[in-house]
Amino acid sequence: MRVMAQLSMVMNLDKCIGCHTCSVTCKQAWTNRAGTEYVWFNNVETRPGLGYPRTWQDQDRWRGGWKRSSGGRLTLRSGNRLWKLANIFSNPKLPSIQDYYEPWTYDYETLLDSPVTKNYPVARPYSLLSGKPMNVEWSGNWDDDLAGGREHAVKDPMLKGIEDKVKFEFEQTFMFYLPRICEHCLNPACAASCPSGAIYKRTEDGIVLVDQDRCRGWRMCISGCPYKKVYFNHKTGKAEKCTFCYPRVEVGIPTVCAETCVGRLRYIGVMLYDADRVLEAASVENDQDLYEAQLGCFLDPFDPQVQRAAESAGIPGDWITAAQRSPVRRLITDYRVALPLHPEFRTMPMVWYIPPLSPVVDVIKDTGYDAEDRHNLFAAIDALRIPVEYLANLFTAGDVATVERVLRKMAAMRSFMRDVNLGGDPDEEIAASVGMSAEDMYEMFRLLAIAKYDERYVIPTAHAEQAHGLEELATECAVSGYDDLGSSAAPFGEGSGPGALTPVAVENFRMLQARQTSDGGAAGRDSPRSGRVNLLNWDGRGVPDGLFPPDGRVAKERSGRAYRGHEKDSR
Amino acid sequence: MALFLWVIVPYVCLAIFVAGHIWRYRYDKFGWTTRSSQLYENNLLRWGSPMFHFGMLGVIAGHIIGLVIPKVWTDALGISEHGYHVIALAGGIPAGLIALAGMVILIYRRRVTGPVFSATTRMDKVMYVFLGVTIVLGVWNTLASGLFHLGGEYNYRDGVSIWFRGVWTFRPNPSLMADAPWSFQVHALVAMVLFALWPFTRLVHVFSAPLGYLTRPYIVYRSRDERSGRGTGSRAPGRGWDKPTLQKK
Repeated sequence: MRVMAQLSMVMNLDKCIGCHTCSVTCKQAWTNRAGTEYVWFNNVETRPGLGYPRTWQDQDRWRGGWKRSSGGRLTLRSGNRLWKLANIFSNPKLPSIQDYYEPWTYDYETLLDSPVTKNYPVARPYSLLSGKPMNVEWSGNWDDDLAGGREHAVKDPMLKGIEDKVKFEFEQTFMFYLPRICEHCLNPACAASCPSGAIYKRTEDGIVLVDQDRCRGWRMCISGCPYKKVYFNHKTGKAEKCTFCYPRVEVGIPTVCAETCVGRLRYIGVMLYDADRVLEAASVENDQDLYEAQLGCFLDPFDPQVQRAAESAGIPGDWITAAQRSPVRRLITDYRVALPLHPEFRTMPMVWYIPPLSPVVDVIKDTGYDAEDRHNLFAAIDALRIPVEYLANLFTAGDVATVERVLRKMAAMRSFMRDVNLGGDPDEEIAASVGMSAEDMYEMFRLLAIAKYDERYVIPTAHAEQAHGLEELATECAVSGYDDLGSSAAPFGEGSGPGALTPVAVENFRMLQARQTSDGGAAGRDSPRSGRVNLLNWDGRGVPDGLFPPDGRVAKERSGRAYRGHEKDSR
Repeated sequence: MALFLWVIVPYVCLAIFVAGHIWRYRYDKFGWTTRSSQLYENNLLRWGSPMFHFGMLGVIAGHIIGLVIPKVWTDALGISEHGYHVIALAGGIPAGLIALAGMVILIYRRRVTGPVFSATTRMDKVMYVFLGVTIVLGVWNTLASGLFHLGGEYNYRDGVSIWFRGVWTFRPNPSLMADAPWSFQVHALVAMVLFALWPFTRLVHVFSAPLGYLTRPYIVYRSRDERSGRGTGSRAPGRGWDKPTLQKK
């Protein structure tokens, strides 16, 4: 057993309203630069739909992710290492900018500089790549809310095999939103595809990052990632991808997309997993067994054996506690309502989704029946094959039973809580019908519906014993020798000088210096308190100017000789 | 003059080549990339780029055989002068022509495709001039003197190659180059300038050919701070005493 910790996310799709706030705030934080105009670390797709880049899920076309050879070995679907090197001069499976969209801007100056005219001036779109006028024909969310539009939705690769039914029962259309970030996979195909070894998985938190100094722009990661979540910065010639906002999570605050999520549908927490089991789990024969296989990699942080192994693997105690409190773990392994996106890519993704019940609920509502009645909901889940099969294509490699089981749980929770909210007695039988206790059902409801910030985001910080690495000094050694640690080595009090044993941030040094040498106090030079000393900063050595109020006699004496702290009689 | 052209210039260019790469690697790791433009345009690149690159790999291999391996070695193997030339031309002409055709496609693409042209730097253009002249003259040398014997027969293995090896053993003989045909001289001179420009162009990506990919494990794990004081990425943060703010008293 090799225990590793992974920061992961669960999104509750029932709550996504498709507002794109996550995409916009992420873009403002990370990709609002030249060269990354078309780069969306976070995007929200309308399902059914084409996705971004268009038809990214169609691995017959893009050849991303892993495949299992007939001998049971896992190989990159796009080819082995030699094949990759042989194709390094022209990547055969790289999406072109047209598969994303050609970024553009408008010549706003024609609006601003326009003289008075009879007609309104028009700002024309200009390509940000060539600088030439262009026709805008596609963009990041061109088919937003158009699920059901024959033109786009029928091209959705996930409708393959069920497309004739969709056309047939077109009035029974359905739609939901799918927010996507990098999956930070346990078995990342992008990292495996990188010829330079620039993409790595962090051992502490499992975040997959691109080392910008090592990336040489070979572009193999972009075709290797089946989720198409590695992008090519066309200005710098380097790959860039979602960072799981590592500077934020290192200090314990959630990613930008989660922080700003209007629907509060994202959960972040730690999962403990057994790294030795990952390869085996990713190579199970049947695609539909991959979900269970990945569940088998996760470790129970309450198990004392796991705790011991985690400790000896160097996982700090607060991380184990965080794994115990992890909302993500509860949704994935306790309630089993979260499912991985496209497990059949065999990358062991770590951003999971609770499939939406809303397509089912909407249909019942439209028919006029009680959409919160368990029996109606269960019957509808059985009857509405298309949405359920579609969800299964997304989340379980086509295994309808698992999706049904999850949807039944969500349906049961809905009618269970209806009774409670109406003041009735909770019906144990409803919970039991999906294999849960009434208490679990209520707890799951709490987590999904009303959990507060610190319950949705349980993020342990980068630990204190590593903090010196983040400090400016980056050393534990005193810079000066041990002999001169006297007062001269610490000119502004304890911990202020070069001899300080505790690494001191520049700011601390500066602040101490400023406080103890400035003429004016916090109140300013002209205030009645100016010239006084803040006793909280006084270390007891010597008598700084202004320790005592101005007084003619004392002032004269003070100019004559140095004061010692105990010679207070002069007052 | 011969001393300047065939002793001083090569060593100056070589020094710039080596020092330039060290400097570039130290101070511009971030800029060390292929600067691929495949995202903008793929139809021409799909043909041009592999043709150019594989052609160049053949050309480089041919230069190693022609310049580095002394004639006495091939004589010892029993390869006749005529036999050697047949092998050299059979390998060199296709490789050179493929590389040249690939480069023509790539330069055409670079000029005609709007986004690719606007992503072309001034250094790229300078580099293309020298690279293009070098390749054209190289192909010309192979065809004209090797195949058609224009301007008299010249065996570079008795001249250019010996001078080339002399540069590396610090015993260069400038008269060997001074006696070579003008097209060989210009080819060598332009190539030397290209080598001096090399570290400051995108050509640096040649030295990051990812051969290590064949042997490393698929998934790379790295610690947040592998060594004390390491930040994210492969560049260590500056030491505290390097920062001017700390030295103030």
